[in-house]
Amino acid sequence: MAKDDKKDNTLKLKFDSARNLAPAPESKSIAKIKPQYELFINGSFVKPESGKYFDTINPATEEKLSQVAEASPADVDKAIKSAKSAYQKVWSKMPGKERAKYIFRISRMIQEKAREFAVVESLDGGKPIRESRDFDVPTAANHFFYYAGWADKLNYAFPTKTPRPVGVASQIIPWNFPLLMAAWKIAPALATGNTVVLKSAETTPLTALMLAELIQEADLPPGVVNIITGAGETGAAMVSHPDTDKIAFTGSTDVGKIIQKAVASTHKKVTLELGGKAANIIFDDAPLDQAVEGVINGIFFNQGHVCCAGSRLYVQESVYDIVLRKLKDRLETLIVGDPLDKNTDIGAINSRGQLETIQKYLKIGVQEGGEIYQSSCPLPKKGFFCSPTLFTNVSQSSRIAQEEIFGPVLSILTFRTEDEVIEKANNTPYGLSAGVWTDKGSKIFNMTTKLRAGVVWANTFNKFDPTSPFGGFKESGFGREGGLHGLMPYLHLD
Amino acid sequence: MAKINNTNDEQRLEVLKTYKIYVGGQFPRTESGRYYVVKSKNGDHLANVCQCSRKDFRDAVLAARNAFGGWSARAAFNRGQILYRIAEMLEGRKSQFVDEMTKQGLSLKQANEEVNLSIERLIYYAGWCDKYHAMASTVNPVASSHFNFSSPEPTGVVSVLAPDDSPLLGLVSMMAPIISGGNTCVILASSKYPLSAVTFGEVLGTSDLSGGVVNILTGFVDELLPYFADHMDVNAITLSDQSESQVTLAKEKSVFNLKRVFQYKNINWITEKGQSPYFILDLQEIKTTWHPIENIGGAKASY
Repeated sequence: MAKDDKKDNTLKLKFDSARNLAPAPESKSIAKIKPQYELFINGSFVKPESGKYFDTINPATEEKLSQVAEASPADVDKAIKSAKSAYQKVWSKMPGKERAKYIFRISRMIQEKAREFAVVESLDGGKPIRESRDFDVPTAANHFFYYAGWADKLNYAFPTKTPRPVGVASQIIPWNFPLLMAAWKIAPALATGNTVVLKSAETTPLTALMLAELIQEADLPPGVVNIITGAGETGAAMVSHPDTDKIAFTGSTDVGKIIQKAVASTHKKVTLELGGKAANIIFDDAPLDQAVEGVINGIFFNQGHVCCAGSRLYVQESVYDIVLRKLKDRLETLIVGDPLDKNTDIGAINSRGQLETIQKYLKIGVQEGGEIYQSSCPLPKKGFFCSPTLFTNVSQSSRIAQEEIFGPVLSILTFRTEDEVIEKANNTPYGLSAGVWTDKGSKIFNMTTKLRAGVVWANTFNKFDPTSPFGGFKESGFGREGGLHGLMPYLHLD
Repeated sequence: MAKINNTNDEQRLEVLKTYKIYVGGQFPRTESGRYYVVKSKNGDHLANVCQCSRKDFRDAVLAARNAFGGWSARAAFNRGQILYRIAEMLEGRKSQFVDEMTKQGLSLKQANEEVNLSIERLIYYAGWCDKYHAMASTVNPVASSHFNFSSPEPTGVVSVLAPDDSPLLGLVSMMAPIISGGNTCVILASSKYPLSAVTFGEVLGTSDLSGGVVNILTGFVDELLPYFADHMDVNAITLSDQSESQVTLAKEKSVFNLKRVFQYKNINWITEKGQSPYFILDLQEIKTTWHPIENIGGAKASY
């Protein structure tokens, strides 16, 4: 060890070599993307009434991948009517065990086509292939498999109650986990006997449309699942349609509130999975290296486009310096680049609009007195990329500590006592998730009990499973997805 | 020494009760100074009842919020004991409630039923306090090496619009599942028959229930409903027999902080349908907790 290093008791690590790995791109050839996609209504692909199409691009290269139909209110009406008719004539009459077999079949077919789904997901959305391949696609398949098994066992779920499907579910999903969110929505709806109209997000329609093709191939009765593409107006038409019995929305808190207001005078059942600003809390007795890994995963997983991202880090003062140094070191090792490269840690920001939003918050953070620290990893010349970013000197009231940024930006704050950090962590209108790092069991349970959030990760972060209910407290929405509790939003309990 | 005169009922001048509201464990009057007159079936003046204002509601929410931390952290068993204690106190004051309700125009049979069933209902929910968790919790067999479980936690502060026609039982039936689940609440009593609600506040006040867990206001739905629905520190609202337009208004106003909205409409509170653990679960949030499980050496032992 050199003399200088001994002085401040730190070892300066060199990470440049890690970034000089040879390219290891996944082959694009497996992805058979069509030049144009239609709307999947009543079991077939139909042209939109409007005749309008919009482009979907690869955010890593800004090249057009395909164009997809823009569903007008007339198309929405067609899709919902076909769902209603399929509900009345076929799906609600089918025994649970038969429904189950269809859903199992969908799950198995996703597994068969897993690599293709993963490549298209990374091309269309910009997420690293490692994540789409190892997380998004397998978890989507597992979600169908899990809920398939529930279809003929619903009478065991809610003691003394007789469950009954709600009817037609209009489902609107975001762009951060396009296929996985489609699975989270469609699987429990079908298992409980509902039929579906699902709208994928504007910037990431392709894997949902591939799922439509798969569903057609799986011979699901026409109209049971309809998949349409479009933007906000299409979603609004779905929400306000009189034959929509149930609305499931994942997206921003602002849009969630608009939806809730729009259906105030109706009896439509609503579940909302909205924004978050999760506190991730490191105590001085935590295993720090493990905690730093968890913090990195908590904020940089999927470029930070995660509603439950651990975007507010609270570090106990006594370990602040060492945690910050470890975080900065770890930040330097992250590889930002081609989403299809298997070495990539951080892929492309999903869209130009989102990149602008993130950049706006970076400016705000600096203006409000935050100290910005970014990785020195060079960014690709083309495409939408953002350096992984840490902010220190952030105050509790800073906008970057209060508002959801939905990007690779971590606000770091400090605390002294347990009571103080509970108060700070809960001081937000959101309540989706939280994290706590400590080696002390009794402290874990004190924290996990007092944190007002729907999912609490202790000594881990950003873990998901079909059996595990997910959803928020407070303005992060209501209803749960996953597990036994994920059945409830799709049932009337008589 | 001479005996004090006029101690038999016929000659004695009755001491009238001032009907006040129940907020934070105290019995203040409305800050607004307003009142409305409650009359008997025959049109006799019974009481001047507080016509509560927005400010009263906000004070009550503050009391409910302050009480939430302590009440939700109490042992479930202890909450059960306190609910049972409320039933005991009500049992002891049965005749007062029957008297009050018959004066307000309920038949003797109806009044008896209201009180008796209210006592039963409190005991029913006293028993649930430490049991609904077992019904609504799961240990989730996740595929990764983690211990993962989900359990219910109280939603927070709940505003309640009690039904008009079931002055005591309706109120108790809506209140009990809320507090047995660890929430705190602010209740607007029946404006038609408010007296027994106020007297019920006195029962609560003598039942070991911490101040602020339940707050009872009197007044008018049309005036207070918007505040019950749009207050940013209220987490949920439960409605009963309000009109469609009132319910729509409540839902619209609830959007500001995404309150959970539940309407218990056309529920005949005297039947079995008037009680259920599912009422408790309506006002619970499911929390899922994850923790890694160490997965090294020795795990393959097949003892």
